[in-house]
Parts: sequence; structure tokens; C-alpha cells
Amino acid sequence: MTTRDVENEIASPASWNVQGPPIFARRGGVGADDVFKWLVYITAFAVPAVLVAIFILLVIDAWPALERFGLGFVTSSNWDNVKEQFGSLPYIYGTVVTSLLALLIATPVGVGAAIFVTEYAPRPLRVPVSFTIELLAAIPSIIFGLWGFFVLTPVMRSTVEPFMKSAVGPLPVIGSLFQGPSVGKDLFTGGVILSIMILPTIVSISREVLLAVPTMQREGMLALGATRWEAIREAVIPYARVGIAGAAILGLARALGETMAVTMVIGNSSRKITGSLLTPGYTMASAIANQFTEADNPLYFSAIVGVAALLLVVSAIVNVAARLMIWQISRGVAKGGNRG
Amino acid sequence: MTMSERVPGTNRATQPVTDQGYSTLETAGGHWMQVTDVAAYYGDRMAISEISMTIKPRSTTAIIGPSGCGKSTFIRCLNRMHEVGLGNNRVTGSVLLDGHDIYGRGIDPVQVRRYIGMVFQRPNPFPSMSIYDNVVAGIKLTRSPSRTELDEAVERCLNQAALWDEVKDKLKASGASLSGGQQQRLCIARSLAMQPHILLMDEPCSALDPIATYKIETLISELKRQYTIVIVTHNMQQASRVADETAFFLAGEERVGKLVEFGPTNQLFTNPTDSRTEAYITGRFG
Repeated sequence: MTTRDVENEIASPASWNVQGPPIFARRGGVGADDVFKWLVYITAFAVPAVLVAIFILLVIDAWPALERFGLGFVTSSNWDNVKEQFGSLPYIYGTVVTSLLALLIATPVGVGAAIFVTEYAPRPLRVPVSFTIELLAAIPSIIFGLWGFFVLTPVMRSTVEPFMKSAVGPLPVIGSLFQGPSVGKDLFTGGVILSIMILPTIVSISREVLLAVPTMQREGMLALGATRWEAIREAVIPYARVGIAGAAILGLARALGETMAVTMVIGNSSRKITGSLLTPGYTMASAIANQFTEADNPLYFSAIVGVAALLLVVSAIVNVAARLMIWQISRGVAKGGNRG
Repeated sequence: MTMSERVPGTNRATQPVTDQGYSTLETAGGHWMQVTDVAAYYGDRMAISEISMTIKPRSTTAIIGPSGCGKSTFIRCLNRMHEVGLGNNRVTGSVLLDGHDIYGRGIDPVQVRRYIGMVFQRPNPFPSMSIYDNVVAGIKLTRSPSRTELDEAVERCLNQAALWDEVKDKLKASGASLSGGQQQRLCIARSLAMQPHILLMDEPCSALDPIATYKIETLISELKRQYTIVIVTHNMQQASRVADETAFFLAGEERVGKLVEFGPTNQLFTNPTDSRTEAYITGRFG
């Protein structure tokens, strides 16, 4: 075939403007692809379904108590199983106070440790230090509880609490947190032990976040004549703040639900809310753990399940609020995200 | 106290370097650098060695060369950024700023960097800060000036960086909300706010489009009337457009970068003395 023939053939519609031999096979029936698709659909929906199911069951079981006491179940601080009066405010209060206290102590310490590991620690120290901190997370709750009971509580009673009373007690406003006798087993100790338990979470997430800060941010500040600490303060931490907030929130989430260790050091008393950290208290989780075996009548049982439902709601609210907050901040950053 | 009085190592008197003949130029307000036999190491690995050159005041000196020739390493030695980061990075030889050794004993690198500004390869504004705060970030590190003083500095530096007209109505917006080219000019303004003696630019246009690149190049030509500029570039046309003097770096077989040729840009590009320079600028390798 000459070149001219080829040209003619290409130019001639008859030779190309027709359907070629079949190349696409029609697919029929259900393929492995569909099976996999439905499998992941099911797994994805199973998780929220479990959450919803748990919540529904809790509400059903708690209904007698909720119906009887109404809003008083949350606002009343009278919990008396003999007189069948159930108001769970002291438990909610104990949970919120100990968790916030834990957050207040653990966030600066945790972020500080993460900064040390990422910015200051000499290379041979990095891995051992972060490994040890993360090992804290592997310690079973009951061991923290035993340590808290036998070691932390006496120290708090004999040393830390008297010191706080004399140092902070006389101050206005904040001083009211440290009034009354030092008992050792109280909200303060509960918060302290929680702070230790949530530390690994805060450290490991803050560390990941700090490592993700681009070197250029650090160097940009150093090149302006910043010291190392100034570069961390002015460039690294602001860049990582959203992630650090996320780390703190995850720590808070863990503190809210923590049961065993807190139960052993908090004093387990549902006396009146005094406003002082040096009063024995109860958290929602410790109340459930301590009382569910004694719940010998239906209303008592129902009230305890009610506390469980509340704990679920409080945890959900904290998580949602936190995520909204993070979302708000991260949107602010995203709006100005690097468009380089 | 003006910036020019606060030179690093103020305990040492300014030594007139008569054999270089720049002491008179320095009094005219320009700042110069003298690099002698500099070598830089990453741990045990030597990255550049035997680099000596004089950076003339109020001029632009370009560093060109193929990838891996150590040009970025070299420019980072000029403001002691090389030693930042992990590992045991070190520099030998001497680097003088207006006659003062920036690697001298007891000289704090933090102090050095206040006099030798740096613009990086990729624009790196601080995303959590507004445009305004980005410009004054460096000033605020050392002192707490009045609001008026800061306002003036912001307007002056953004004007110098040819960015004022584009951002004057949104100084509160995030520094990261700007386009790439604007971000890079913001970073230049940020460095200028420190009133540096020397401005180092490490491939400042490598992440920018041609129009943004053109704006930065125009800016460099403006700035050198007042500042001494050193620019690393992989773009030979850029070097020929902006630089008064050009240094050609090349790494040999041991992957150690060396200075092959250094001279007036015009001469280096039209009449290079070294055959390797000629091969590179005519595009035969690199």
C-alpha cells in the first residue's frame, strides 16, 4: 500500500465511520465490587447504630426515674435511696469539676512535654521520653486507683492540700476552692489523678501536631532574629493551636468517662455541693460503679441508669461543643490556608 | 539608636579592611560581607568547601549552579541558619559582616539574624497572624514600639515591598489569604521591617508564576539601591537580569559544592573564564 493509498483510506468515510468490533462486555449480576460496597456501608452504619441503640435502651430503663423526678433528676442534689429521692446534680458537678481540673493541670504539662520532645530533646532522648509518657496510657485504671489510694491520697492530705489552703485559700474568689479540712479523698485528688491519666493523650496528640508544623514556619521566625523559645511561641504554637485544642478535648473526653481510679480517691459522698475542691464528691461514673449492685428496687435501678444516660449526654455535648469549637478555629485557618 | 550602630559584636571596634577598600563604602551606608574559606557540614558530611567571596554593598550578588551544588547551604551559612535544626551541622571558615565575624566567639546567632534578613524558597507568612502582624512580627520580638511607629513601619515596608496598594484595605486579613506572589512580597516586607544590613533570598521565585516572578525581580532592582542583596537562583536568566555579580557553584564527584567562578554578571555570562561555567551557562549540563 502506498502512502497515497493510506491517505485515501483514512480520508474515506467508509473505512472508519462504522462501529468497530465489540470491546466492552456487559456486566451482569452482583460482583465482588457490590458486595464490598454493601459491606462497608454496613460497617459504617453499625457504629452509629450501636450508639443510638445504647442510648435508647438507657432511656427506656431510666424512664421510671426520669418520669417521676422530671427536671429535678438533674437539678436536685438530694440522692437518697432509702427515701427514694434521686437527684443527680452532685454527680454531674463532680464529673464536670474533676474533668475540668484535670484538663487545667494536664494541658500545660502535656503541651510542655510535647514541646520538649519535639523542639528541645536531644535525639537520643526523644524516643525514650515519648515512649515512657505513652506507656502511662497502657497502665490499667485500677493500678492508678491503687496508687492514688495508697500514695497520692496521703500526700495530698498531709502536704499538698494544706499548702494550697495556705497559699491560695486567702485569695478572693479562687480561694473559695480551697476551704475546709484536708481530707485527701476529695474532688481535688480526683482531678489530680485524672490529670495524670489524660496526660499521655494530650502529649502524644500535641506531639504529632507539633511535628506537623512546617520547618519553614519555625525558620521564618528564627530568620527574623527570634530565639528558639520565641519561634516556638510566635510561630509553632499558633500554627498548631487547633490541633493542641483537639488534644486537650480528647483528654477531656477520657476524663469524663474515667471510673475506677477516680472512685478510689474521690471519697464517694453525695453531700451538698460546697464549691470547695477539698470536699469528698462523686462523679457520675463512680456513682454508677459503686451503686449498681445495691440497686435492689426498680426505681433505684432506674435512677442509676438515668445517671448513665446523662453521662452519655454530657460526653456527647462536650465532644460536640469541642468539635464545633475546633471547626470554628480551623475554618478561620482554612480561610487563610496556604494558597501558595 | 539607629540600626547601623548596633552591629554584632559591638565590643569590637569596626576594623577598616583597607586591602579590600570597602571601609569607605561602608561609611557611605552600604553593608558588605567577606566570606573566607567557608566549609559547611551536615554531621560528618561536607556539603560545601573552600568558598571565598566578597559581597559588595548596595548590589545584588547571585549564586547559581545545578541542583545539589550547595548554593542553598551556602546562603544559609551567611545568617547562621545552617546550624538550625537537628543533627550536628557546623560551619568552618569566617564570614564577616562589615568586618565583624558572625561566627566569632560569643556571638549569638539570634543577634546575627536581626541584621541579616532571609526570604525563603516558598512563601512562609505566619497564617495565624494578620498581614499587619506579619510585617511587624520581627520588630515586636525585640521591643514594644508605639502603635504609630508600628503603623509607619507597616506602611513603609509594604511600600518598599510593592505590596501596600494591594493590601492597604485589608491589613487585618490573614497573611495566608494572599496569592503566592503577594505572600512572598509580604515575607520580603517582613524582613525589611528589621532594617537588615543584608537581605538573603533563597530561590525566592521558585514557587511563583512568571508575573509574580517579574514583580519580585523589579523589587530586587529597587531594593538594592538601599540594601545589599544575595540571591540564590536556579534560573540563569534571573541571575543575569537582577545581579551585579554572579557566583557559579558546582559539586564535584565527592558531592562537595565549590565556587567555580565569581565575577561581574555580565562578564560571567558573556566571557566566562572557566570551561565548566561556560558549559553550564550554555546549557550543556545542569
